Amino acid sequence: MSETRAKSLLKVDDIHVYYGSIHAIKGISFEVNEGEIVTLIGANGAGKSTTLNTVSGLLRPRSGLISFEGKSIVGIGASKVVGLGMALCPEGRRVFQQMTVRENLEMGGFSRPGEEIPQSLENVFTRFPRLKEREKQVAGTLSGGEQQMLAMGRALMSKPKLLMLDEPSMGLAPILVEQIFDIIKELHASGTTILLVEQNAQMALSVADRAYVLGTGKITISGPAEAVLADDRVRAAYLGG
Amino acid sequence: MKLKKSTINNLISYGVVIVAFIVCQAMISSGAMSRSLKGQMVPICVYIVMAISLNLVVGISGELSLGHAGFMSIGAFSAIIGAAWLRAALGIENEILLLVLSMIVGGAFAGIFGVLIGIPVLRLRGDYLAIVTLAFGEIIRNVLNCLYFSLEGSRLHVSFNNPSIPGTILLNGPNGAKDVAKIATFPVGFVLILFTLFVVMNLVNSRSGRAIMASRDNRIAAEAMGINVTKYKMMAFVTAAVLAGMAGALYGLNFSTVAASKFKFDTSILVLVFVVLGGIGNIWGSIIAATLLTVLPELLRAFADYRMLVYAIVLILVMLATNNPFIRSLFDRLIHRGRSAQTQRGGAAE
Repeated sequence: MSETRAKSLLKVDDIHVYYGSIHAIKGISFEVNEGEIVTLIGANGAGKSTTLNTVSGLLRPRSGLISFEGKSIVGIGASKVVGLGMALCPEGRRVFQQMTVRENLEMGGFSRPGEEIPQSLENVFTRFPRLKEREKQVAGTLSGGEQQMLAMGRALMSKPKLLMLDEPSMGLAPILVEQIFDIIKELHASGTTILLVEQNAQMALSVADRAYVLGTGKITISGPAEAVLADDRVRAAYLGG
Repeated sequence: MKLKKSTINNLISYGVVIVAFIVCQAMISSGAMSRSLKGQMVPICVYIVMAISLNLVVGISGELSLGHAGFMSIGAFSAIIGAAWLRAALGIENEILLLVLSMIVGGAFAGIFGVLIGIPVLRLRGDYLAIVTLAFGEIIRNVLNCLYFSLEGSRLHVSFNNPSIPGTILLNGPNGAKDVAKIATFPVGFVLILFTLFVVMNLVNSRSGRAIMASRDNRIAAEAMGINVTKYKMMAFVTAAVLAGMAGALYGLNFSTVAASKFKFDTSILVLVFVVLGGIGNIWGSIIAATLLTVLPELLRAFADYRMLVYAIVLILVMLATNNPFIRSLFDRLIHRGRSAQTQRGGAAE
């Protein structure tokens, strides 16, 4: 369904990002269409998270264009990007450790009008029943998998058109990784567009429609997920032969 | 239900403060309070407000500020000059009205400086606020040491490093302000405490307050939620500066002579000690620590020389204690019990 002239949601055109004098992203271009799961894979330090942080406005590109629904979002700042309908679920989960599960989720709806919050909370609790059980528990005491669910639920509270997930499988046991990817598939099935950054290339390619492979700040390979999965270079570099 | 719970907590806090005030007033009027302690009542109010407001920066927004006395001194001197000018130019003689207006002047000027410092510094990440506020406190003190203000009729004269200006001198460089009208009173100090509690507690329990705490807990996540971190950190910092300025105004108008040297780095650290000892983020802790540590040196006058030494030792002990796994787990358990008891009560109320 994504191949048939889907509407472009996010368009990134030749962005360059620097950390001080270090040229971290050397001209990356990619596109996410409505209803797709697009994944960025690559080794440690390839620039996956940097790319995602730039798209979400946490970092500013030195040059290049980023547009969301046809409007440029370069330099408007992370706090405004959320309001446009893009939510980032950051690397390492980053839940608010001292707040309860419920308070965390309420913070996720910060950019939305207050009267929407109860309904959004209800939706998140339906999708993550485990969070409902832990509603009044302090987030820092949750297990890694639960924190990941909380981080995803929190991102969903802003009702994003595009959900950006940064390494959702990081540091989780294999069974939990599968659970998280099941949730990603469910979210996709219910119509959420997803931009997924992953080190676990096997899992990411198994759920994605299209994939971009990053190597030290540049896109080296791109195409439909099955094609990328079958690519010999990808197999050798990321999938253990 | 949640809103109600915080409202009840607030009302209890106001109640406790009001009761404490009534007890102190009764002791003063019945003569049960010693003269020296009576003289300490306004400074106690001042330090309580200083501690609560610094707690807003250090505890709630998680930024270290080492120049809180700087805002206090701006508040003190602008209020002293403001009071003299208001009396001369507008002919306000009612002391309470004069005091309240001067406190507003002091708070406003401190707030302006809070904005000026906050705009560049709070955009940065890391300990820059500590560095800049530390410098700010010292710079303000040195600048005030070179400033001369005088009043000629209803005209204010200012000069820098030049004592020969016409009219009655209000602020005399390093000698500070002399012949200040001592219009500060304990009841006004008490009202200032209530006002501070009202502002801080309502801020903490508001949507903005949660945004401030979220930015403290995790800046990147807060930004990713759409929170403008700089804006909310500014909100906390400037509110604290205004309150410190109002406290400084009360302090300045409580003595007949006030010099800038009263608002040294030591004073900033003293207020920080109140906050740390009372528990970072704990407003009641700040109130109790500020009261005890202001009263104690009076009671233990013989040991006054060792005060800073004792503070240093106590601070180190507190830090050791809070990093000790055994004591920490003990506290965690206590806090946990408190929390689960709260949710149970909440559940019963439903």
